Amino acid sequence: MPKTIVEDNIDILVAGAGLGGTGAAFEARYWGKNKKIVIAEKANIDRSGAVAQGLYAINCYMGTRFGENNPEDHVRYARIDLMGMVREDLLFDMARHVDSTVHQFEEWGLPIMRDPKSGSYLREGRWQIMIHGESYKPIVAEAAKKSADKVFNRICVTHLLMDDSKENRVAGAVGFNVRTGDYHVFKSKAVIVGAGGASNIFRPRSVGEGAGRVWYAPWSSGSAYGLMIGAGAKMTQMENRIVLARFKDGYGPVGAYFLHLKTYTQNCNGEEYESKWFPDLQKMVGKEYLDPELSHATHRPIPTCLRNHALINEINAGRGPIHMVTMEAFQDPHLEEIGWHNFLGMTVGQAVLWAATDVNPKYENPELTTSEPYVMGSHATGSGAWCSGPEDVSPDEYFWGYNRMTTVEGLFGAGDAVGGTPHAFSSGSFTEGRLAAKAACKYIDDGKAEGIRVSPEQIERRKEEIFKPMEHYKLYRNEIVAGSVNPNYINPRQGLDRLQKLMDEYAGGATVNYMTNDKLLHIGLKKLKLLEEDLEKVAAKDIHELLRAWELKHRHLASESVVQHTLFRKETRWPGYYYRGDAMKLDDENWHVLTVSRRDPETGEYTMEKAPCYHLVGDEEAAADADVA
Amino acid sequence: MPTFVYMTRCDGCGHCVDICPSDIMHIDPTLRRAYNIEPNMCWECYSCVKACPHNAIDVRGYADFAPLGHSVRVIRDEEKGVIAWRIKSRNGETDMNLLAPITTKPWGTAIPKLSEAPEPGQEMRDSQLLFNEPKYVRMDDGDLHTLESNGLQMKAGVYY
Ligand SMILES: Cc1cc2nc3c(=O)[nH]c(=O)nc-3n(C[C@H](O)[C@H](O)[C@H](O)COP(=O)(O)OP(=O)(O)OC[C@H]3O[C@@H](n4cnc5c(N)ncnc54)[C@H](O)[C@@H]3O)c2cc1C
Ligand code: SF4
Ligand code: SF4
Repeated sequence: MPKTIVEDNIDILVAGAGLGGTGAAFEARYWGKNKKIVIAEKANIDRSGAVAQGLYAINCYMGTRFGENNPEDHVRYARIDLMGMVREDLLFDMARHVDSTVHQFEEWGLPIMRDPKSGSYLREGRWQIMIHGESYKPIVAEAAKKSADKVFNRICVTHLLMDDSKENRVAGAVGFNVRTGDYHVFKSKAVIVGAGGASNIFRPRSVGEGAGRVWYAPWSSGSAYGLMIGAGAKMTQMENRIVLARFKDGYGPVGAYFLHLKTYTQNCNGEEYESKWFPDLQKMVGKEYLDPELSHATHRPIPTCLRNHALINEINAGRGPIHMVTMEAFQDPHLEEIGWHNFLGMTVGQAVLWAATDVNPKYENPELTTSEPYVMGSHATGSGAWCSGPEDVSPDEYFWGYNRMTTVEGLFGAGDAVGGTPHAFSSGSFTEGRLAAKAACKYIDDGKAEGIRVSPEQIERRKEEIFKPMEHYKLYRNEIVAGSVNPNYINPRQGLDRLQKLMDEYAGGATVNYMTNDKLLHIGLKKLKLLEEDLEKVAAKDIHELLRAWELKHRHLASESVVQHTLFRKETRWPGYYYRGDAMKLDDENWHVLTVSRRDPETGEYTMEKAPCYHLVGDEEAAADADVA
Repeated sequence: MPTFVYMTRCDGCGHCVDICPSDIMHIDPTLRRAYNIEPNMCWECYSCVKACPHNAIDVRGYADFAPLGHSVRVIRDEEKGVIAWRIKSRNGETDMNLLAPITTKPWGTAIPKLSEAPEPGQEMRDSQLLFNEPKYVRMDDGDLHTLESNGLQMKAGVYY
């Protein structure tokens, strides 16, 4: 049996240190001078998470001090983009702090481009600023390392530990070292989960060797969701998966192309196609959500999902491929250089692909397409845990004591882990980590973590569970001559393939044009249960496969939650992200609510509820409203 | 695009193994050199390529959609604070050198150690402020935005 290594008396454990986790570890030291702060990360925090290869833009910056935007402007933008379904208390809170985060990044050495005329940061769009961000992750990792007592790299966290003396209170986490195979136990008063969103739960468009070519990193294993769902935390908006319109095959970003380089899209005949889909779409979602004339006059954005809808339908109508018109912008050598830098700074593979296929965007308009769906909570979507907001903003239903604390006591989230906060991006995720850290320190200082007890039985039980795939392999491997086909087990890759296929076909993936319905979702749930049984028999031939086995189990938990939520919300709220074929219209009368779920950790049963959707409205609007009523 | 390692350049130092976020750069036990054990879990993030002291790692576009004969090479220099790229297309018509800064400060010097920052008082703890705030959050260097200061309310119902 593997060695057991116990790290005791931790105050704050950060599980997963991408942008959210590094923010948490950094800030925790300020509020907890004498606290023991520990990071457990499955890769190496210098290059881990969605920002491993860098970013060329910070997508969430208000510019309040330059008089550019107020926090509530960003809240309205996120609300419009997500068809109303956001946690506006959490968004407002993130937005009022995010600028201080970004200015600190600049102090730390992150090269942020400046507008030579105004002196403010160079804008790519209303919310985005341009950076030379190749070393974004090493820089924020440095900040986290300076604050943390210990950083445990290469620990795959598999479960949260629960307090044996008080129900529904967290007590740390367990996992294993993906190099040594040692079992690691972290006993901690509070845990901040920053383990990121989920790629690879829907079948990707790429095949074979290219299967790692996904938009969100292949190592985004949905662990934030797997860990929190497994501990019985409530989740929200898990149905709200995201589909991205990106450069075909390479998934290169399009933001800078649209916003800064002023490129645009057209169909195979060189025609603008978006507007012609809008009248029908308007009938589906209502004029309040899609009003192209108003958008034109006021720069009110057209929601991302609705633009996807037009692209998907134009391709289905036989007028694909959709092209990004680069040939005009790229005649300017300066813009051409920016176009390439944009890839090298955050999606190098797109540059490789263009080099390999001789695409020169100066002379040829490259193809765009829509991706497979992803589940995450910091881009143009808001899946994640149901968390408390700040006391000075949140209404009662959104507030239970500590900012960014889930419904499990002492368990906090940041970044993709937190639900209802789309458009946080890198800077907002880091900011959320900071907020969670301050609240977690207060939780401890208030004495809320007194008397935590973790039984040896719990620690032993988890150990057996974690290493079972390796035992299973040893037990049955020699029943067969060789190869990967065995009647007693599947390997993690085989399990992942099955998960992706069933999610794709039953829960609205790319090959079915993002379509699903009640019947399909029920079949999906049944198949997920069967897969769950087989995951008890997943086999790992070495520690690396054990890592893949646990990533798969986390993806499976996240997927089940997605299907349960999709089933619950009987409407099509985000055409272009997914469609409920049996309820093709947006239905504000019944569904202008946030969906909240809880999976019982003992029985695996789901309970679903609706939570009210509070909006941030100006005093004047509210007064006018009162008059009408 | 998945990475591969040139046999003659790799000395088995393990930097790539240490950094790969996907845990797929491993040392071959017989050859004592690194290789990509799971190309279909590679994000072509170039973290290993940038970390290799011998430029032994390169990238070849995914076999299922990228034709052979291209190259995107990189050298990252922390001391000079720059990263240099060279892109060569398959037909040779694109051959670009691109340079970008990676930091504006000598590496690792400009980040504060918060254990040495002055301890926050009770008032600060009870407020909504984070470290270093309200610096940078307001144009007039005023306090943090609140519902009251911005004339806002949280209201249930349908607002667009
Ligand atoms: C292609 C792409 C382009 C983007 N472009 C931009 C942009 O231009 N601007 C912008 O601001 N934002 C951008 N984003 C968004 C931004 O990267 C994310 O919003 C942000 O990184 C989310 O932070 P996070 O902490 O939630 O997750 P991550 O940063 O992904 O961190 C998750 C961490 O958890 C670790 N982990 C996972 N599972 C486990 C486990 N079981 N045990 C231990 N550790 C674990 C991971 O290794 C990782 O370190 C982009 C993202 C992608 C993928
Ligand atoms: S970093 Fe380079 S030299 Fe070192 S093991 Fe990896 S490939 Fe070989
Ligand atoms: S390119 Fe990235 S994912 Fe691929 S082997 Fe190198 S470090 Fe790992």
